[in-house]
Amino acid sequence: MALKTWKELPIGCVVSEPGSASEYHTGSWRSQRPVWNDTKCIKCGICYVYCPEGCIQQSEDGFFQANLDYCKGCGICAHECWPHAISMVEEG
Amino acid sequence: MGKRIGMEVAVAVAEAVGLCNIDMAAVYPITPQSHIAEHLSDLVADGRIDAEFVTVESEHSAMSAVIGASGTGARSYTATSSQGLMYMHELLPIASAMRLPICMAIANRAVSGPLNILNDHTDIMPQRDSGWISIFVENGQEAIDMSIMSFKIAEHKDVMLPVNVNIDGFQLTHMVEPFEMPTQEEVNQFLPPFVPHATLHPSKPVTMGAFAMSDYFAEIMKAKDEALKNSKKVILDVWNEWGKLFGRKYQPVETYKIEDADVLMLTMGSMGETAQIAIDELRAKGVKAGLVKLRLWRPFPLAEIKAVLKNAKKLIVTDRAISFGGPGGPVFSEVKSALYAEAKRPLIYNYIYGLGGRDMAVKDFTGMFEKVLADTTNQEADTYEFWGVRE
Repeated sequence: MALKTWKELPIGCVVSEPGSASEYHTGSWRSQRPVWNDTKCIKCGICYVYCPEGCIQQSEDGFFQANLDYCKGCGICAHECWPHAISMVEEG
Repeated sequence: MGKRIGMEVAVAVAEAVGLCNIDMAAVYPITPQSHIAEHLSDLVADGRIDAEFVTVESEHSAMSAVIGASGTGARSYTATSSQGLMYMHELLPIASAMRLPICMAIANRAVSGPLNILNDHTDIMPQRDSGWISIFVENGQEAIDMSIMSFKIAEHKDVMLPVNVNIDGFQLTHMVEPFEMPTQEEVNQFLPPFVPHATLHPSKPVTMGAFAMSDYFAEIMKAKDEALKNSKKVILDVWNEWGKLFGRKYQPVETYKIEDADVLMLTMGSMGETAQIAIDELRAKGVKAGLVKLRLWRPFPLAEIKAVLKNAKKLIVTDRAISFGGPGGPVFSEVKSALYAEAKRPLIYNYIYGLGGRDMAVKDFTGMFEKVLADTTNQEADTYEFWGVRE
């Protein structure tokens, strides 16, 4: 998404398209990403419940993964995961 | 032509705003603004105007309420003073960034501490960088005229910025003055309906005041700065139109007997009238003194200031506030910075005066001129001094 110049901004920066926040990929903020170890995961869904970004999804096989377009890498999922199935890995 | 009447200025400001077809007002009373709040509330309660008067619990809420109301497309008004203005502070840049044309009267009063309810400009100066259009008036007639015109300026499609009209507390707000109040028909003809740039409405959802990160913040600040600078053209157009309609012409910088003057004085607000008498007294004694009155504080009229000061040898800038530990008064540092790159510029003397309602008589102004003229070695130029302070 090309960044607008100051002249192209709508007056008062009014956002007129509902739901346009999804176009902003907060994943660009991330320095670490969550990686699930599915052999330890018990599919309890605690990570899904605690994710403040709402970006963790459950796959058809019942395991979880984060949508990296929006995951900020906060690490709350890894902190809350009591079977320790999630580790935070440095982004390259 | 409106009727010539005598009335307390604060009450007259409320009457003038009552002519402006406002949709709502949220005003928290504070001395010396209270009579504006009370009288506007009366106008609504008595059914004289069709508007909502929102009785808020604080000035923070008052500014929040007018921001919300303006966002829905309502013509919104508030007024405050001193601590109330300080309490509104965090919301002022939000109103201007959201480009909401809110109009506000400020009955200028000293900021605590110590507690002091009387007049100076220490309340508005900390709000200088909020992105509002900021106008200073000299008398009751100007207070009325500027209050009405502020809506037309703020709501112009090329402006869409909030406006504050600074009216010296007590020295103006509590004076009973004779003035011409425009008629309802005249104001109806002058002031078009408010057409907002966007509105909060369920059938067309928008987000106002959204979040922005470092990738956009600078562009948003630049857009706001350009909007404020560009507002000057509309301000001048509206003032000119008013001059044609009502015969009272306003300019961002006004001058009095400056053509052949050796020493000029610059004032802002109600002190201009007293200073003008001082100029006449000095002229009668053969002193070539002149006066410059600054009416528009933001956007700062750089070109106009440079033009009127270009031939001056000495300039006295008066300030009713101080930037503690800084270069002097805020008007002084602004004027000095405007002239820095000029090939010809006057020596500038800065007097901080009239703080916390300290009376300023004609002899104080003539005294400033005499002191500056006596400084033949220019020792005191480029410095500031608290006028009349006890040593």
